[in-house]
Amino acid sequence: MFDILARIRHTGLLTEELPVHGTSAEALSDLQRKLQSVFVRALRIRHVDAGSCNGCELEINALSNPYYNLEGVGIAFVASPRHADVLLVTGPVSINMEEALRQTYDAMPDPKWVLAIGDCASCGGIFGVSYASRGAIRDVIPVDAVVNGCPPTPLALMLGLLQITRSVRP
Amino acid sequence: MPHQFLTREGTPLPSNVTAQRVMVDNAQWTAIAQHLHDTGACLLTLWGTDDRDRNGLFRIYAAFLISKKVIVLQHALPAGTTVYPALHRWFPVADRLQRAVYDLLGLEADSGGTRPWLQHGGWPEHCFPLRRDVSAATTYPSHPRPYPFVPVTGDGVHEIGVGPVHAGTIEPGHFRFSVVGEKVLRLEQQLGYTHKGVAKRFEALTLQEGHRLAARVSGDSAVAFSWAYCAALEAITDATVSPRTAHLRALALERERIANHLGDLGALGNDAGLAFGLMQFSILKERLLRLNEEAFDQRYLMDYVVPGGVRTDLGHRLVRTLLDESEALERDVSALRVMYDNHAGLQDRFRETGQLTPALAKAHGALGLVARASGIQRDLRIDLPWSPYNDLRPVGALCVDGDVAARVQVRFDEIMESLRLIRMLLERLPDGPIRVDLPSLNFTRLGLGLIEGWRGPVLVALETSAPHDIRRCHVHDPSWQNWPLLEHAIIGNIVPDFPLINKSFNLTYSGHDG
Repeated sequence: MFDILARIRHTGLLTEELPVHGTSAEALSDLQRKLQSVFVRALRIRHVDAGSCNGCELEINALSNPYYNLEGVGIAFVASPRHADVLLVTGPVSINMEEALRQTYDAMPDPKWVLAIGDCASCGGIFGVSYASRGAIRDVIPVDAVVNGCPPTPLALMLGLLQITRSVRP
Repeated sequence: MPHQFLTREGTPLPSNVTAQRVMVDNAQWTAIAQHLHDTGACLLTLWGTDDRDRNGLFRIYAAFLISKKVIVLQHALPAGTTVYPALHRWFPVADRLQRAVYDLLGLEADSGGTRPWLQHGGWPEHCFPLRRDVSAATTYPSHPRPYPFVPVTGDGVHEIGVGPVHAGTIEPGHFRFSVVGEKVLRLEQQLGYTHKGVAKRFEALTLQEGHRLAARVSGDSAVAFSWAYCAALEAITDATVSPRTAHLRALALERERIANHLGDLGALGNDAGLAFGLMQFSILKERLLRLNEEAFDQRYLMDYVVPGGVRTDLGHRLVRTLLDESEALERDVSALRVMYDNHAGLQDRFRETGQLTPALAKAHGALGLVARASGIQRDLRIDLPWSPYNDLRPVGALCVDGDVAARVQVRFDEIMESLRLIRMLLERLPDGPIRVDLPSLNFTRLGLGLIEGWRGPVLVALETSAPHDIRRCHVHDPSWQNWPLLEHAIIGNIVPDFPLINKSFNLTYSGHDG
């Protein structure tokens, strides 16, 4: 017990200012202000893997580590689409996940936003369109913003959330 | 008899490990499979090809791992037939593989399961997309069909269906639990949700592009799959990569192993109620990924291994930084290991949970870290070492308990061993080019790439079509072998322990579904 407490104290607070490099200080505070004004520190995200290679999931999970600490700015992942404001979708849409993706989207209450994560979600990526893949997410459900990358970095994911706030009607 | 036959008929197969190909007929296929089973071999994978455009035949292949080599049986089905002798009697993993071969190519095993596996109604029932007369560009409307799960009946037995969309940020798949109260009587998996036609997609790529798709078969094993692909291609073209390339590839592979093990150890702590573990290990993982970005330009090394070499070189300063990092990592992981070992609450959840006995693991041909946690000493880096592992002489991890605790111990041991290997690789990093050009091809050839990834051996069977096209590429993740074992490990446990047991296996859906 004491060793755990000692290590927590030794580790200290690692959380960084929101998106570190490449973004101006104004843009950062802008992101925080918008997220807070629109979602009152309570943006709830649900993730659906529509057929990804699991690379994007690794980076989405990284958002919860102490460096990015997404929960610290009031953004949290929820277990049900019925509790979510934003749907993060990864992967090209595999034929076998098409129906499940539609049902997840339909289960979300309005207003809702969809963020397509990664090159595959954006355009089908290397998998393209085939007998087993429908390709881009927007060909199956409406998409509000896209985050490119293979996989996109946690920083890119956080900036993607900023895009969402821009499309929000206050 | 089959033994002499194998010695007499086996011809060398291009590969990074010792591999032999044996052409067999119907009767020999069965006799040799039985013989290989009796001598303790395990089935690595099963795949088929449509060669009707060449000589009017379908072919079926099976790759087996025996003590010091890989044997590939190649069986040309008699003209006009699409049936071959089943292998699941001796190698249980073959059952799902046989169903997948049927779904994609329409070749039938003469016995065994007939329920569709990858085919969920997304394409017409009698259309087999891997056949050459089916266009890669054709798409079909989807008509999802219910999957006939095996019903469990009795007083108070009920079912819990989970998925394909799960509660966390993970991949999709369906689990059907039959339970009494909280106790699990049976788990049945239905996979294939992330099937995106990887095998057909390969055929539209050139040999120089294939490694990019291989890296995305399962993103967390990008280095293992892309190395396996490149190893197959380099063996086919008789190319030899420089010792520096081999060292840098091994460095990337061991870093991939450490990154995944760190992620799993954190998640396992969290699933047992110790959020502290998740936070600590995710800090270590994030640091490793950031250093990856500095050293290799990518947090996840999706396109680092390329045909003939690696994408970027490593300067002296970065070698020093990486050496310092491995020292710090060893210190931190050792400290956390003591805390995990001494935490009574955590150990109470880990021990005797999700037990996979050595006997069961052996009978089902378990692979990789799951096998090593159930007393099976099998690691390609040790058993069939390729360059640079033949010089490194890795030490294998082994535990016999087969429970969640054992899979945690194996992960800790493997991190320590990978850190030791990384130090050796960096200290003796040879000078030389990081890339060589591959000679061009003027013939069709089959080659095999086999790499011990962090989950276990990943396999790429590549068939080229001169001068630079992929004729057929079959990829295989060890999760095929280990998924059915998860169904066994959960029996008798309580439903709330499933996430913990599942995480301790941490199998890939995408790598399995293809």
